[in-house]
Amino acid sequence: MTDNTNTNTVNAYNKRKNKEEMKKQIISFALMIGLTLIAFVVVATGSMSKMFAIPVLFILALVQVAFQFYYFMHMKDKDHEMPSVLIYGGVWAAFLTLCGLVLISWW
Amino acid sequence: MSIAATQKRSFGAFLWDYLTTVDHKKIAHLYLFGGGFFFLLGGLEAVVIRIQLIKPENDFISAGFYNEMITMHGTTMIFLAAMPIIIGLMNAAMPLQIGARDVAFPFLNALSFWLFLFGGLLLNISWFTGAPDAGWTSYASLALDSPGHGIDFYIAGLQIAGAGTLMGGINFLATIVNMRAPGMTYMRMPLFTWATFITSVLILFAFPALTINLFLLMFDRMFGTAFFDVALGGNTIIYQHLFWIFGHPEVYILILPLFGLFSDVFSTFSKKRLFGYTAMVFATMLIAFLGFMVWAHHMFTVGLGPVANSIFAVGTMAIAVPTGIKIFNWLATMWGGSVRINTAMLWSLGFIPSFTIGGMTGVMLGSAVADYQYHDTYFVVAHFHYVIVGGTVFGIFAGLHYWWPLMFGRILHEGMGKLTFWTFFIGFHLTFFIQHFLGLMGMPRRYWVFLEDQGLDLGNFISTIGAFFMSFGVIVFLINIIYTAVKGEKASADPWDGRTLEWATASSPPPYYNFKQLPLTRGLDPLWIEKREGNGKMTPAEPLGDIHMPNGSFTPFLMSLGFFIAGFGFIYQTDNSLWHIALFGGMAFALGCMIYRSIKDDHGYYIPKAELEREAD
Repeated sequence: MTDNTNTNTVNAYNKRKNKEEMKKQIISFALMIGLTLIAFVVVATGSMSKMFAIPVLFILALVQVAFQFYYFMHMKDKDHEMPSVLIYGGVWAAFLTLCGLVLISWW
Repeated sequence: MSIAATQKRSFGAFLWDYLTTVDHKKIAHLYLFGGGFFFLLGGLEAVVIRIQLIKPENDFISAGFYNEMITMHGTTMIFLAAMPIIIGLMNAAMPLQIGARDVAFPFLNALSFWLFLFGGLLLNISWFTGAPDAGWTSYASLALDSPGHGIDFYIAGLQIAGAGTLMGGINFLATIVNMRAPGMTYMRMPLFTWATFITSVLILFAFPALTINLFLLMFDRMFGTAFFDVALGGNTIIYQHLFWIFGHPEVYILILPLFGLFSDVFSTFSKKRLFGYTAMVFATMLIAFLGFMVWAHHMFTVGLGPVANSIFAVGTMAIAVPTGIKIFNWLATMWGGSVRINTAMLWSLGFIPSFTIGGMTGVMLGSAVADYQYHDTYFVVAHFHYVIVGGTVFGIFAGLHYWWPLMFGRILHEGMGKLTFWTFFIGFHLTFFIQHFLGLMGMPRRYWVFLEDQGLDLGNFISTIGAFFMSFGVIVFLINIIYTAVKGEKASADPWDGRTLEWATASSPPPYYNFKQLPLTRGLDPLWIEKREGNGKMTPAEPLGDIHMPNGSFTPFLMSLGFFIAGFGFIYQTDNSLWHIALFGGMAFALGCMIYRSIKDDHGYYIPKAELEREAD
């Protein structure tokens, strides 16, 4: 199993694919920087009321997490079913923990 | 027979071999003997507890020492005995069952073991200076006020051992996802491998909660924070929540691997394919899934309110359904099979009724209303000993008898094995069955003494006698191990007429590279398929070629040693700032080892094809 993961052979197809991949990476990276900046601006300038700013920050955070998982961690590519299952499993376990603590202990 | 071919080596060479090994089969030996040592220690503590409770108002040990005994008995048995032995069995069998040559990260595997061992030693060194005394759960309300350094040893020891376990879980996940031999699809994996996979998921998600909890407790005790300190505005219930968010999956970490093991044992010794394989796989998954949302049933009397209690009560009872599916499938596997009852099978047969009783009392405890009556009584003690001893310990014994030939090349003596089973089985029920009634009569758990003539005398006496029976069984098992090592029957590669790939290697124990050529799997129970079609052995899936092997390394040992020293630094730095030297020195040493490991290129080595051909039978 270990020796057929070799990708030493660089052909034209792989080259083009890698180039496209790099383009996507850079675009998503730029977007993430942008989103971070927006989040900072929202808080720093105080242009939004708290009621509105907090959900906005949450949405921005969610989008960033999605970029992180799907682009940087390659969950959009095929053969990533198992990592997806495990990551979403972990998200679920963390969600339950938070729910438990928020709903039972603090509410 | 590469092992017989090597000449007699000096003891030093033998020791060095084990200190530096990254071979999953040798790491399994290390886990078994490390876990076995702590099992004996925990057993000794149990006997001391039972002697203290043999008669009313006994003064065999003092009250404070009794608290240390119960704390260390629970902690040792769960973290340092049951889990390591289970991980040892996983290491021994799982890579072979999926037809792999080793786990995905052999170096990490060694590191997991040494972290566990050093963590365990650190925890037990506290016996010399005052052991932890707040119960195995170490609830913050008790732990924060515990004088001395006992609790600090608990925190540091479990933190180190827990890191090892977490790495082990990740390692097994990567192994099963990536290293299955050709044809070994998920739904062709033996149940033990499935259970290992699902258990590893549980470890991955549950252990971080423990890590965080221990860190918060450590900050509260050592650095003056107030996460759990009610007097300073903290919330002590958060500790309980976090502990059980870890702790409830933990009990499934303890039992699920053995469910898998029993499935393999039943199907092998009934000469039948496992009844309801798919249902078994999904039942295991369902148990793991539900296991994450029932933690608050340990906290019914905390006062969470009727809504939360009801939800968690219903969730708890739901777990009985997939567990019931499993029990019936095991019975149906044996039904009509050509059943052969040897020691491994005896332990498995003893497991079914014992565990079912434990499950039944579990459902009783799951009823929130009734739990107010049972809570913190011996009824609870009886319940969890029925599931942990009747499930996990019976399973470990079954697994040791089943895989002893695979691990050590010899078959454990059957007569002594049966003697162990019967004395342990009878002793177990003597000890714990009566405790249900002691609990119902109102005997609280963790109490140092009980008063005379309250109807508790006879029950406690019987319970202690049972503990002596169990001790006798364990001693016979130890004699059995020594006897087998000296003059036990040598095992063939396939002593049980097995069905799965671990019995398809060239010899028992398998050669250090496991499979000369990776086997081709053509269905569930791959070896059995080949036997039925008259081939008798696996078809290779690849031509004979060089085999890539990892190099041994002493770094895992040193790295763990660094954390071990840092552990002492953390514990004692509140007394004397000179201990900061140990803290920072140990941490720096461990980090240095990591940097060394990251920078150094270690590509392993190849066993050349020519050598493999020379070895050919």
